[in-house]
Amino acid sequence: MAQVAVPETLEVAPARPTTRKGSGTGDTIFAFLCRASAALVLVLLGAIIVELFLGGLPAFRAFGAAFISSTDWDPVQEIYGAGVPIYGTILTAILALLLAVPVAFGIAFFLTELAPEWMRGPVGTAIELLAAVPSIIFGMWGFFVIVPVMASTIQPAIIDTVGELPLIGSLFQGPPFGTGLFTAALILAIMVLPFIAATMRDVFLQVPGVYKESAYGLGSTRWEVMRKVVLPYTRVSVVGGIMLGLGRALGETMAVTFVIGNANRITPSLFGPGNTIASIVALEFGESGAGSLKLSALLALGFLLFVISFAVLALSRWLLRSRLKG
Amino acid sequence: MLVITRRLALTGLVAAAATPAALPALAQTAQITGAGASFPNPVYQRWGEGAKAAGIQLNYQSVGSGAGVNQIRNRTVDFGATDAPLTQQQLTEANLLQFPTVMGAVVPIVNIPGVETDQLRLTGEVLAEIYAGRITRWNDPRIVEMNSGVTLPNLAIAPVYRADASGTSFVFTSYLSAVSESWKNGAGAGTSVRWATGAGARGNEGVAGTVRNTRGGIGYVENAYATQNRLATVQLRNKAGQYVKPTMETFQAAATNANWNAPGMAASIIDQQGANSWPIVSPTFILLPTNPTDGAKTRAVMRFFDWAFTNGGNVARELEYVPLPQNVQAAVRSAWAGIRIDGQPAWPAR
Repeated sequence: MAQVAVPETLEVAPARPTTRKGSGTGDTIFAFLCRASAALVLVLLGAIIVELFLGGLPAFRAFGAAFISSTDWDPVQEIYGAGVPIYGTILTAILALLLAVPVAFGIAFFLTELAPEWMRGPVGTAIELLAAVPSIIFGMWGFFVIVPVMASTIQPAIIDTVGELPLIGSLFQGPPFGTGLFTAALILAIMVLPFIAATMRDVFLQVPGVYKESAYGLGSTRWEVMRKVVLPYTRVSVVGGIMLGLGRALGETMAVTFVIGNANRITPSLFGPGNTIASIVALEFGESGAGSLKLSALLALGFLLFVISFAVLALSRWLLRSRLKG
Repeated sequence: MLVITRRLALTGLVAAAATPAALPALAQTAQITGAGASFPNPVYQRWGEGAKAAGIQLNYQSVGSGAGVNQIRNRTVDFGATDAPLTQQQLTEANLLQFPTVMGAVVPIVNIPGVETDQLRLTGEVLAEIYAGRITRWNDPRIVEMNSGVTLPNLAIAPVYRADASGTSFVFTSYLSAVSESWKNGAGAGTSVRWATGAGARGNEGVAGTVRNTRGGIGYVENAYATQNRLATVQLRNKAGQYVKPTMETFQAAATNANWNAPGMAASIIDQQGANSWPIVSPTFILLPTNPTDGAKTRAVMRFFDWAFTNGGNVARELEYVPLPQNVQAAVRSAWAGIRIDGQPAWPAR
């Protein structure tokens, strides 16, 4: 009975040391594969940038550096400028962050400090599920649910009251289409919220208990602990989470296309229609002929979006670096 | 059931009309692919279902006119579809034959409290001024003047247009360019133009939805979308100076008055003569290679549209499109005969 073969072979099984000693071939292949995977990303990214730049070259040639600042977009006259979509892209992304970050912080604070234990799991999962909803669903929900509410109640109310005020009034004027820069920013905020909230919650949880306990021991309130212990400790990761959200907000296409109002002009009003780089490419691509200047302008816009995203990420990296040193 | 039996009866008619030589071709299913305009997509899909009985399997991708033209230029599909016709020079360069298939009307829709459907009267000039941002309120004297008896509120006009580049926009802006000199010199006509005011919405559904939501809204859609969504349409003044309502009769009247002898059969039905003509009617076009690499496919495309001309009129009317007049269908068929495949005229298909 004691001579059952199975346990014995199991005992013999740990032959790992011999393979480790025996040959480095497996390791070499594995290391090569890893390196190749990493390089693949770089090559792909580079190829996309080069492809977009080459595709956009005719537009850059035709309009020069003015392409970036010009706010003209006239497909009939074949005059194209990137000013309006760049403005819309940056404005909606920043507005979205302004709306999303406080809420995300509230959620993360609640989940890590205030919520009872049984609530943390379900609410946390719900936040993460929000990130799994496809953007087209957000777009349709925005168009069929949010836009009518904006058009019928919220916007008319604000336009008729705040819109009449002297200085800030110009931010809230115009017909209540329901769509527009503000609605787009609102939908974007909901879309980037889970990324920021989930990151914040995870990093808040990583703050060592003793730090918080010692602060509580000194008589700090929950808010003081959050502000003076947790936030400084997690600052780098919190900014990282916000940048993740910003990245998504800059490149979001379908949801924005549905609700932004799609106009190639800059209006002072937040309720006014606009465009983002991603939305104008999505809208105009289908009807641009191969080899046309319009197609080239759209590819040039894609290239600019790449540059903007890169600049934003580089800037955040740089901000984090300098803070780390200080 | 009724529909099915009607279809069966039609198929029987086709089979009876077919010459014995054409019968073997009917026996096996011919697969054809097309891509392009989204405006005729509903009717092409329904025709595709019907033509199965005649042995033709249609795969039509509604990807937009521009993409349709590109794809047939690259010969990645058997036919392309476009709302904006190509010029004769473009057709010759790309070795393409162009012919119309069906017509559709674009109608303005409005959302003004207290104004019923077909109550408001507008002219093309006023429409152009609204979309240029020079008429901004519904109680503007120029609108009030032509609408005695209609109470117009002091409400901002909220123009809505197609955000995506679209054949519907091309038709609508062509109309505005035809009736307004300042529009022609300003934004002009195109699948997407520089809109001076208003907000864009995606697709016909988007425009219809936005106008329904927006107080003071005005937009333009394919006629079918206006009726399906029960939106308030308007009367337009046509070239003869008459105010006409958007109905099948006024669309048909415009179509019969058109001159189809234009190059590439690109008849302009915009702002047609005739006391009863709706001013914004437009045909949509198919592009076929004149030097096909696969002659059988090109013949099958012709057989498909021949079937559609013969049997698809009712379906088109049901979907609120206007079928081509008989003489135009005949002209299309004789244009097909101009294509030669292996030295033989491509039509009648054998």
